[in-house]
Amino acid sequence: MPFSMEHIVIIGNGISGVTLARHIRKQSDSKITIISSETEFFFSRTALMYVFMGHMKFEHMQPYENDFWKKNSINLVHKRVTEVLPKEKSLVLEDNSKISFDKLVIATGSIPNKFGWPGQDLNGVTGLYDKQDLEALEKWAPTTKRAVIVGGGLIGIELAEMLRSRNIPVTFLVREKSFWSGVLPLGESQMINRHILEHHIDLRLGTNLVEILSDKNGHARAVVTDKGETIDCEIVGLTAGVSPNVAFLKDSGIDLGRGVKVNRFLETNIKDIFAIGDCAEQHEGIDLRRPIEAVWYTGRMMGEALAQTLTGNPTQYKPGHWFNSAKFLDIEYQTYGWVFAKPMEHEEQFYWEHKDGKKAIRISFDKESRTFLGINTFGIRLRHEFFDKVLTDEKTVDYVMHHLAEANFDPEFFTNYNKEIQQQFTTEFIGLKTE
Amino acid sequence: MSKSPKNISIASHQDNELSTVQKLGLTLGFIGLFIMILALFNVNFPNKTIWFTVSISSILIGIIIYARSSYLHKPEGINNNGIFHKSLTNRGIFAYMLGILLTSFYVVLYWYPSYLGLGEDGVANSGIVGFFDPFSYFLNGHAASQWFVYGTFYTLAILGLGYKFILKYRNNKYQLVRTISVMFFQLGFAFLIPEILSKLNPDLPYFAKDLKNMWPLNYYFFEDWHLTNMVQGGNLGMFMLIFGVAMIFIISPILTYFYGKRWYCSWVCGCGGLAETAGDPFRHLSNSTETVWKVERWMIHSVLVFSFVTTIAVIFTFLSNNPELSFITRNQFIYGIVGFLVVFTGALFYFKRSDLDADAKYTMLSLVAIIIISIAINFFSGNQNILFIDSYALRKWYGFAIGAAFSGVIGVGFYPLLGNRVWCRFGCPMAAILGLQQRLFSKFRITTNGGQCISCGNCTTHCEMGIDVRSYAQKGENIVRSSCVGCGICAAVCPRGVLKLENGSEEGRINSNEILLGNDVNLMDLLNNK
Repeated sequence: MPFSMEHIVIIGNGISGVTLARHIRKQSDSKITIISSETEFFFSRTALMYVFMGHMKFEHMQPYENDFWKKNSINLVHKRVTEVLPKEKSLVLEDNSKISFDKLVIATGSIPNKFGWPGQDLNGVTGLYDKQDLEALEKWAPTTKRAVIVGGGLIGIELAEMLRSRNIPVTFLVREKSFWSGVLPLGESQMINRHILEHHIDLRLGTNLVEILSDKNGHARAVVTDKGETIDCEIVGLTAGVSPNVAFLKDSGIDLGRGVKVNRFLETNIKDIFAIGDCAEQHEGIDLRRPIEAVWYTGRMMGEALAQTLTGNPTQYKPGHWFNSAKFLDIEYQTYGWVFAKPMEHEEQFYWEHKDGKKAIRISFDKESRTFLGINTFGIRLRHEFFDKVLTDEKTVDYVMHHLAEANFDPEFFTNYNKEIQQQFTTEFIGLKTE
Repeated sequence: MSKSPKNISIASHQDNELSTVQKLGLTLGFIGLFIMILALFNVNFPNKTIWFTVSISSILIGIIIYARSSYLHKPEGINNNGIFHKSLTNRGIFAYMLGILLTSFYVVLYWYPSYLGLGEDGVANSGIVGFFDPFSYFLNGHAASQWFVYGTFYTLAILGLGYKFILKYRNNKYQLVRTISVMFFQLGFAFLIPEILSKLNPDLPYFAKDLKNMWPLNYYFFEDWHLTNMVQGGNLGMFMLIFGVAMIFIISPILTYFYGKRWYCSWVCGCGGLAETAGDPFRHLSNSTETVWKVERWMIHSVLVFSFVTTIAVIFTFLSNNPELSFITRNQFIYGIVGFLVVFTGALFYFKRSDLDADAKYTMLSLVAIIIISIAINFFSGNQNILFIDSYALRKWYGFAIGAAFSGVIGVGFYPLLGNRVWCRFGCPMAAILGLQQRLFSKFRITTNGGQCISCGNCTTHCEMGIDVRSYAQKGENIVRSSCVGCGICAAVCPRGVLKLENGSEEGRINSNEILLGNDVNLMDLLNNK
């Protein structure tokens, strides 16, 4: 190994760290080491639910075969990092061994939020984030007569679907008055409420967790809600969001807020140390984004951008137009641009829902200029490329309405609702402006 | 207040509970099957027609009842819960038992039909073949053969389990239309029409009457006896000959150009039809590692060369032995083939070399191998001996090894162990040819939806052809693979709406941009210029 060869160490083998490593390897021969305490090999945590449900096996979650890493000379270390020593440019591992680095990238992702609930660390209480959570659920599921899930967001509904796939009754405590209503406007949110009930999930809106009760072996036996109800259960899922996994950096001298503070080049306050993915916190949110973005896509994009910087081509993290997707039980959701749950001052919204109550779209546009701002779509697939271009070119909502067919990404032969949608739009917003 | 079902068991929750109606369906179906088994053991049913009808109907109705109670009480959606937990669909004990039973059935069917009761040398049928006699007389006017029994079961499987498949994917119209299509082609073109045509033309010698079963999948199409029978088969025979040739050289390339090879492999073909219906519960067992992809390339192209050479050799011998029967000489034939392949392969290489992937290169090399072997045949062969091997022995071996052992015994018998497309993936010479067309001359592709892929792997897991779909989707690339049969299941199971089967413009169809939408535009340009 030549002397000059730089050693880049990445803590975390999630999508951010792995994307970074792959893109560095494409352009440089640097020595790359990825350290993870979770698993030896990268896997897509987005698929944890499908393994539990029996749609896939664990190995199917791994996008690269096990020999990929050796072939691309990316070293993997399956250990926990306990400390970072920036001055020495080295890391301490759980077995007290040390690894030195020339450049360090922190990509440690998130941990599930726990808000100090009594009993939150009992056996039977888990988030749904890592492989260990999956293993715990596998262990507890066979003897579980009921599960309670706390937190009405994307992970909560996934966990509910998982447990229902094994016929475990689920009670779903949602703090808000309606499912994911901080993000989804009322129409969509209520549609999902109905769909949750259709899947025989006991949905409790506007209900908070007070306490988790223990049996004599230190395993959860029931939860108490703020409605004074005690619900017997053997599994408690805590899915009230995630926070950056940065506790081990407390004494490192690296500037921390909720996450690792970084600038647009993803640099921390210390030279040669960077942070990407869920654990990185921008000094200020970019455009309308939040300073911390715990999303698959943003993690990937940060990895792509930083790889450029680390191979001699300083590049800011400049995400393009916002997009995201999810699946609520059987209903797919995609979003492009911004649609706010409570419309902003300048924002007008158009909402169409199909009579079967499982398809809907909401388009947000500027009241004055009619510029298209964003779209939520449920049960209808839409083309990313189309909306990315519409947003870049600042097209109007009328343009989008005229080109719905072009925007559609549903499989062939699917019924399209373009006419119905266009008619409703025309009625509500005084005719289509043609271009 | 709780809306959830009560569950009072201590440790149940594995998803293998059957509802009462499901049990009823299973009972009915297996009673029907049991009657068949009794027939196999020569139980002499007093009124064969009635017992036969009872047996077939209860199998079909049993499947229908079972399927309805399995899917209709659930909201429309993806129904793959527990497939990797269940013995039958995860290579457990039931899977091995089923695999062994099916394999044994195929061995007996191909090589020991008398065990099924086929009466040989003028003896009347007995056993299960005899049990099918009344139905066979009704349809084609002859006593049943083992192939008639097999064809009936095959059609029954595609119809019954196709109905089950439709219910399973009832949220997806592409699956609905495609499955109705395979059911229609199996029932009409493969089963009823050929039988009825035989009945209407009792005096004609045998030739294949399944319009959709084209060469090289139907490997005996160009064999001397078959050519002769078609030529002597009156208008119907001539029609089958002309249509068969037109299928190969005109209809199939045109359809493949517009729709990809899916028009055949997952819409029309009988092998594909069985794989997509009866084989659906095993699709996730297809291995998607790179090693197996290499094996696939070697095997399918070996079969391709084998099938071409066998056919060429057989025609060559036929022309040598019967110069008076045909309008070309064997020299003209060989050089015609060689000329055609040289022009075809050369043009491919010249115009499409930038689009060649490993699969396409192997197919091209196979064609070159066929050219060389063909020339060698002409120089080193007598009338009968092709390259010192008897051409009839060659075709016998092809029939044994590929036509029977591979496509039947392994192809279907191993569904529960190796997945439902073993034959299509590793052995079908037709799939190799259509695959080359699909890769190089087609509007078909699977489009990736910008940057929406989350690398979850559902697409790869459920791809019956073992294509690592995710490896393309997560890079934002279109999927343009020779082997893709266009079943559309990857797009169906994708939880984020990332994949779409499309026929579109050829420009930009094969893209290898590693950059996904959603990123900074300048960064995208930068990375693409690398």
